[in-house]
Amino acid sequence: MAGFALEIVTPEKTVYSGQIVSLQAPGSEGSFGIMAGHMPLLTSLQIGALRFAEEGGNEAWMAVSGGFAEVGQERVTILAETAERADEIDVVRAESSRQRAEERLASREQEDVDVVRAQMAISRALNRLKVGG
Amino acid sequence: MATLRELRTRVASIKNIQRVTNAMQMVAAAKMRRAQDAIEAARPYAQQLDRVLRELHQSVDTDEQPLFKERAPERIALVVVTSDRGLCGGFNSGLCRRVQAELNVYADAQVELVTVGRKGRDYFGNRGHEIAQHHADVFGQLEFARAVDIAQDLTRRFIAGETDRVFLCYSEFVSVGSQVPTFQQLLPIVPEEGLDEGSAADYAFEPSPEALLETLVPRQINFQVWRALLESNAGFFAAQMTAMDNATKNAGDMLEDLTREMNKERQASITLELMDIIGGAEAVA
Repeated sequence: MAGFALEIVTPEKTVYSGQIVSLQAPGSEGSFGIMAGHMPLLTSLQIGALRFAEEGGNEAWMAVSGGFAEVGQERVTILAETAERADEIDVVRAESSRQRAEERLASREQEDVDVVRAQMAISRALNRLKVGG
Repeated sequence: MATLRELRTRVASIKNIQRVTNAMQMVAAAKMRRAQDAIEAARPYAQQLDRVLRELHQSVDTDEQPLFKERAPERIALVVVTSDRGLCGGFNSGLCRRVQAELNVYADAQVELVTVGRKGRDYFGNRGHEIAQHHADVFGQLEFARAVDIAQDLTRRFIAGETDRVFLCYSEFVSVGSQVPTFQQLLPIVPEEGLDEGSAADYAFEPSPEALLETLVPRQINFQVWRALLESNAGFFAAQMTAMDNATKNAGDMLEDLTREMNKERQASITLELMDIIGGAEAVA
């Protein structure tokens, strides 16, 4: 099967760069799949899991915190503020940030809480927990 | 003239100082290399962001976007990025003087200072300026999330109309020997020249280009703040390395002078003692 190049870049580093066969990404309009020769597409991603099959048959999972995908003829570039491989995710940290965000939400009656931000934090943490295991 | 014992103590203490400055220079050099790597590592993201942005600019009219809106600059926010620590030569004072000059230019407007790094807060705090907001401990462990915090706060206040213009003031890392104080307008966004020359590929946009741009632009602002932090961090270590290198060399020069003086002093005292002995011997004979 024909492959294509995938590159995942974040502000801190290039997280992944390699040849893959297929990719599934959490588009903002719903999850979508990409195979080689897809039409050029520019789309935003929501918080979710990225799954791709490498050429050797390996399958990898990554948690992304939203971003962009640029799909070209022979390459896909993912632009995300954070992207972590499943085995890199700090489950304990994700769990504690979920709890903190939930406490913030729970206390919104008394204090001035940025609800949207707290909800975003929760969904980021839940996504990490889902991918990380 | 100093006595021999005084000279010895001075030589010993300068040797200690030299050991410290030498060690600091090596630590700064290692940290600078790491900071430079971080700048390099951010480059692919920057290029990709730039590319997508160009692509979108072709199909979107940016005049209507809130983050592009020009207003009369009545309230200005200056984000001053300095280091937390000193011993880095003129790194912070150069930037602060530049900001001070800018403050004089905008004397008519209402200017507020947002500081990142302790040195800038101290500089302007001591001169009686009000610090609207200070972000502490950013450089101890430099994380992208901190840049996002700072950027989101600035963006929120700009959209709420609390500020009309936001500038980033930081030291750009040009080379090891040169860090240049830089002023950059963060908000409203200045559309770059030549943005119309995108690639020929016909992209499908999902959702609409307008919606895409709306999610992309805040990320660009996050990234600009991040870049300012990275540049400033690398610049700090470069400046510290240079300053410590100079200090080590100066200590070496001083040691040389003092050693010469010490030898002269010792020779003088030996001559004196000899004269005493000879004089004594002659008297006995």
